[in-house]
Amino acid sequence: MAQNNVVLHVADVHKRFGGLHALADIDLQIEEGKTHAIIGPNGAGKSTLLNVIIGKLPPTSGQVVFDGTILTGRKPYQINQLGIARVFQTPEIFADLSVLHNVMIPALAKRDGMFRLNMLRTLDSETGIRAEAEHMLEDVGLINRRHMQAGSLSRGDKRRMELAMCLIQHPRLLLLDEPTAGMSRHDTNTTIDLLKKIKARGMTKVIIEHDMHVVFSLADKISVLAQGRIIADGMPDQVRGNPKVQEAYLGGAH
Amino acid sequence: MNPALMSRNDLFLLLGFTLVVLAMPIWLAPFGAGYPDLLQRFMIYGIFAVGFNILFGLTGYLSFGHAAFFGVGSYTAVWSLKLLTLDAIPALFFAVIISGLFALVIGFLCLRRSGIYFSILTLAFAQMSYNLAYSVLTPITNGETGLQLTLSDPRVIDAAVGHTFVGQPIPTLLGTPIGGYAGFYFCAGFLIITFFIAQRIAGSPFGMMLKAIKSNQTRMQFTGFNTRPYALSAFVISGMYAGLAGALLAVTDPLAGAERMQWTASGEVVLMTILGGVGTLVGPVIGAWIIKYFENILSALNDNILARFFDFLPDGVDTFFVKVIGKFVGDGWHLTLGLVFVIIVIFLPGGIMEGVRRVAAMFDRSGGKTSTRTQAAE
Repeated sequence: MAQNNVVLHVADVHKRFGGLHALADIDLQIEEGKTHAIIGPNGAGKSTLLNVIIGKLPPTSGQVVFDGTILTGRKPYQINQLGIARVFQTPEIFADLSVLHNVMIPALAKRDGMFRLNMLRTLDSETGIRAEAEHMLEDVGLINRRHMQAGSLSRGDKRRMELAMCLIQHPRLLLLDEPTAGMSRHDTNTTIDLLKKIKARGMTKVIIEHDMHVVFSLADKISVLAQGRIIADGMPDQVRGNPKVQEAYLGGAH
Repeated sequence: MNPALMSRNDLFLLLGFTLVVLAMPIWLAPFGAGYPDLLQRFMIYGIFAVGFNILFGLTGYLSFGHAAFFGVGSYTAVWSLKLLTLDAIPALFFAVIISGLFALVIGFLCLRRSGIYFSILTLAFAQMSYNLAYSVLTPITNGETGLQLTLSDPRVIDAAVGHTFVGQPIPTLLGTPIGGYAGFYFCAGFLIITFFIAQRIAGSPFGMMLKAIKSNQTRMQFTGFNTRPYALSAFVISGMYAGLAGALLAVTDPLAGAERMQWTASGEVVLMTILGGVGTLVGPVIGAWIIKYFENILSALNDNILARFFDFLPDGVDTFFVKVIGKFVGDGWHLTLGLVFVIIVIFLPGGIMEGVRRVAAMFDRSGGKTSTRTQAAE
């Protein structure tokens, strides 16, 4: 097999909060089309790493490069427009708006860019965007709830909708922060199936996850983070058998 | 009508609104409000509130400084009437442009913050404008006396085309003086047009972005939208609405004073919007009408009128009623307004429009659940 394309390169990133070394010497290469899971015990720095990638937190040193473009110092909306979408740990949705509109808005962002004074059309006449959004809602199984107010959805449905909001943008890289946290086993499995379906489309994903069932059903590659450092990196089977990992994480959990 | 331009529901709303507005001299007459002066104010403050709602209701930014744009509109209009021509159209045009530019600058600065800090910044800028109008800018604003039209105004365009006026100058529309019912219909036309524009904004993709900013600004940014130009556009549009309203007030009553820029005037439009229903199209207009009605009708009542009204009651009882109710009318009309406001906010947080919706829902339920499904069926 030919050398895989690296889409995202986290290069020598350090992040300090005062005296706390939250991330030390992080070097990660995410390959195109792969699902890369980042696991680690609580407080290992997983969310910090994701926030550095997405531009929410500036790294103390080092940089993040996405497909040849340096992300460090860019605004979240610029990073999104480059083709990176994010699912949050607690769903960030437009709770006052309908489910359909929630999904139409990201589609408009993809089409119209970061700002457009689009006042002369009506939303109802955006039939193309609407059809796209309905198609996406069908994919995630929310089509029957499209007229509901998003805030009144169940927790699992909110996450599914947020996923649809990201997927409709056809991002080149999808970041998922514990996409199944707080879900029932049944909902978790539906989400895993959904994510497998996206994988078939060749979308690159970075998943932060606690649930080992989710990680081992989805990941092509796993990086284990402990105390701000990557202690292991490799295929799921290699990582599972790594004694350092068992000690720091897997072993500690049992 | 072209469905790309407007949905059927919106069209019906616009037609209904137009009918109600144009027929106001008829249906408001029994309430003692069918006179042109008050009707003009209903229209003018209706425009002010519709525009304010685009910022506050749709985008979720509460400005406490919109009276500044109202005042800028007034001053610009009077200057246009003084320097250029007595025709109202250039006055309105310049007022909208200048207040829009003013809003662009103030909005650019204030929108660096959100929430309460944004509100305080707008309040500070508006108070600065108010104080400047009274002090440094007296040559432009004529200070406490207020800016007014005089016979000796240059009016270069009128002079160039050879128009001469006799007596006190009065603003005109293509040569017809704007006063009385003509003034009312002139303002009513603008209210209907601006209502239509607000409807279009609310129903457009741009309006959806404003609502999304109000709902979750973080998600907007991670969805790829730069929220600041959206909020700034909403700010400028609402500033232009305020400028238009201020200019109409100056055209129908050509005297611009700085008191209309004071923070109480900014607070008034906030009250109007909340009273009627934040984020609804019709609500702010109704709120504006109710407040202006109270201001004019209740403040005109006095103890003599009340005494005549309660004349049928036995002696002693009638004086009691006159004493108590007398506190709530005349100069005390703010007391009534405050009471109404408190009652509405406590029992109907969505304003009068929420009351309307609840009543409609009650009828719906008793009507056999026929029309509740119409939206879902679309």
